[in-house]
Parts: sequence; C-alpha cells; structure tokens
Amino acid sequence: MAFEYPENLKYLDSHEYVRADEDESVVTVGITAFAIDQLGDIVFLELPDIGDAVEKGEKFGTVESVKAVEELKSPVTGEVLARNEVLIEAPEQIGDDPYGDGWLVKIKASDLEELDDTLTADEYKDQVGG
Amino acid sequence: MVLLQTPLYAACVEQKARLTEFAGWAMPVQFSGIRQEHQAVRDRAGLFDISHMGKFTLTGPGVIAALQRLVPSNLARLQPGQAQYTVLLNPQGGIIDDLIVYLKSPLGAETETVALIVNAATTDKDKTWLLEHLAGSDIDLVDESRDRALISLQGPAAAALLQPHSSLDLGKLSRFAHADTTLLGQPAWVARTGYTGEDGFEVMADPATALALWHTLTAAGAAPCGLGARDTLRLEAAMALYGQDIDDTTSPLEAGLSWLVHLDEKDDFVGRSVLEAQKAQGVSRRLVGLAMADRHIARHDYPVLHQGDRVGTVTSGTLAPTLNIPIALAYVATPLAKVGQTLAVEVRGQAKPATVVKRPFYRAK
Repeated sequence: MAFEYPENLKYLDSHEYVRADEDESVVTVGITAFAIDQLGDIVFLELPDIGDAVEKGEKFGTVESVKAVEELKSPVTGEVLARNEVLIEAPEQIGDDPYGDGWLVKIKASDLEELDDTLTADEYKDQVGG
Repeated sequence: MVLLQTPLYAACVEQKARLTEFAGWAMPVQFSGIRQEHQAVRDRAGLFDISHMGKFTLTGPGVIAALQRLVPSNLARLQPGQAQYTVLLNPQGGIIDDLIVYLKSPLGAETETVALIVNAATTDKDKTWLLEHLAGSDIDLVDESRDRALISLQGPAAAALLQPHSSLDLGKLSRFAHADTTLLGQPAWVARTGYTGEDGFEVMADPATALALWHTLTAAGAAPCGLGARDTLRLEAAMALYGQDIDDTTSPLEAGLSWLVHLDEKDDFVGRSVLEAQKAQGVSRRLVGLAMADRHIARHDYPVLHQGDRVGTVTSGTLAPTLNIPIALAYVATPLAKVGQTLAVEVRGQAKPATVVKRPFYRAK
C-alpha cells in the first residue's frame, strides 16, 4: 500500500514525524500514516501534560490499538507546549489526517540540531518499504 | 521457515488479506479491518478460512468408548449427527486441547466414525496423545489436516447465504448438528458450529469445492474475515482460546467449563481424580470476565490486583467492538470471582479499575 509522506517533514525510524518551525524552535510531532495503518484501530492515546519536560529518544506517551501498545519517542529534548485534546477524546480519528489534525504534541525544542539525524521522506519511505 | 498455505491462500491474497504466521501457517489476519469484519459478522455474515485447524477422522469399533477415557464429557449422550464441545485432559486435570467431537455413525455400530476438529497449534500434540491411547485397538486415525479445506460462515444471515447452494434443508440442522451433503453439487460436510457467538456453519470440503464456495459466498455478500476479527468475536462471546485462556495447567473447572464435565454420568477418564478433588474442595482460582472502567485494554499476562495485592492474571483482552468497552478474561482467586466484584488491572505500572461481569460479554439476539 502506498502512503503519503510529506517532503517538508522529518521522520524517525520509530515512526514519528516532526514538523519544525525554525524561527520559534517549536516542533509538532505525530505518527506516520504507515504506523497508523500497522497499528490498526487505535483506541487509546496517552500524552504528556503541558509543561512536562521530554527528552530526545525517550518515551513521551503511548498509543494503543486493538492489536498492540506502542511507545511514542520524542524527537527532541524540550518542553511540551500543547497536546491534541481532541485526539485524546477520539483517538480513532488519528488516521483521518495524520499530518494535519492528527498531530499529537507541540514541543519547545531546546536544540533543533537534535533533528539532524532524522530521516527525509524518501529515506523513511525506503525504510518502510514504500 | 516456509509457512504452510491453505487451499484458500491465493483467494485471500487476491482479496487483499494482510497475512500473519499462525501455528506454522500463513493466515489472513484481516481484510477490510478488524472492526468492519467484526460488525459484518454481528450484523450479517462473515466468512473465515479455518483450514489450518486439525481434522481427524477416527473409524473402527468402540471409538466413542475409547474417547470417553480421554475427555470429561459423557460422549454417550451423542446421537449420530450431533456434536459435543469438550477437552482432552492430562493426568493432572490440565487441558491438552479443546475440540469438537462429531459422531457420524450410530453409537455402538460395528464401525463407528467420529470426526474431531482440534486447534492448529496443537494438532501434532493431540495426534500423538490420541495414537498413544488408541494403540492396541482396531481404531484407525486419519489426519486430513493438510488435505481438506475448512471454512466458517458466521452471522445472522449465514443460513440464508448458504441455503441456495446446499442440497440439505439447513433449517433442519440444529445448533451443533452436522451432516454430509452436497454444496455447489460437490460432496461436503456441514456443521452448525462456530467460534463467534453467532449462528453459523463450518463446512469441510475438498480444496476445489471450498474455493468455489469461498468465491460464491463472498460474491453474495459474506465479508471475508481474518483471525483478528475471529479473536474479538470469540472474546465477546467469552469463548476460550487454547494456549491463552486454557492450557496444560488449567482445569476445565477453573476455566468455567464445568458444564462439559459430567462426573456423575461416566466411568474413569484421564484426569478424573483431580477434577473430583477440585469439585469436592473447590478450585482456588476461576476464569472471570472483566470490564475495564476506562479505555485501557487489559492484555495477556497483565496482573490483576485487589487492594494492591496481586490476585490473578489476565489471559485475553481487547476493546470489544460491539460493546465499545475494553473486556478481558482473567484468572482470579475464587473469593474475588463474583460478578460485581471490583478489582484492578495493572496496565503499564498503573492500577486501572475493573469489574467482574457476567460471561458471555455479548449474546446474539
């Protein structure tokens, strides 16, 4: 199955995507269309509270589907500025618009250079086999 | 490892099945999606390839008498054309497998014929156990597990969908009854059994007939369904899954299967003394249904807690698609196994409230 991976996003091999706004050093994090498809029906989303500190590569939340429980890994170190309350109430909607309304958290990154080792859309696409 | 393929493998791939390894077979886990397939079975009809299941035919003198010594159920209750869900027991009263015993010939006939359908993962183990206990008899065991196809049509519309292709009046086939018939003009065997909590039929036929029937029934509107929906459907119906809810260490009395234990009606069988003792003294744990208070799914092996102490273990859990709440089966200490008891399940380090509820979670209307 072919999924969309927008070119302007950065990707982690743990299936999170990052949209970086370099001026404000605020990043928006979500999970890719591939990950959502693999998980199947998503039933539960656990996200950090606003103001929580998160660390690059560390767990910041959980996504649970009928099939599996997966940890969400933070792409950057920083502070949580916002979380998607709509999605917490209705996690099944995450698949409707993974890169838009399906965002999970916004993080104030302490060092955007932490994103240097992320994957491009093409690299991520290769990794998940198209 | 090269995976085994059922006769319907190519048809399932063609219908966009997502595949998984199950007991050495490449099996469809889902087609359109677990929720949609689940709902199709509850509302209308779904079609499952279950050709991976073990299929034995036993023929010879005294087949039922020989099987009586291996199961806690009284198989002498069976009339030809009827079936009994039961378990093979080990000497410790643990469950070697759960299975359905189908009596095909008159009981006590010179040559009795019995079909057994067993779990895929336990087919070899069961065969060894049966052959060991049939040794010295004139009973012949034929293993057709890899030769014949088995498909399961389940849901309220199952009878209406199958009837046009059957020479048998399906209305005459009651629950757990079975018969040889013709389907699409070819010989086949039909049983009114299933694993979904709905009305339905399981059909055994040669690969070509099963394939033709698969195409015919899906074209007529039966939704192709995978093992994912099979699991959520059976769990809502609180049917045990071997290897998860029941295994070699659980007895049928612990597992809520006392209805298939007929101690007063039969002579000795493997495991009898253990079940007698359990019946006299009571079991220390029981399999119960749990409903979770929030959206967390209690999964296999999660601890069950009461006032902070561990009192049991979850064996199966899912978000029940029909009920839209997380449900689970769990073994808990007998004093806490009462309907209405509040407990907790430890979900990733946190105690989440749960209540013991009646089984099944879902009952067909």
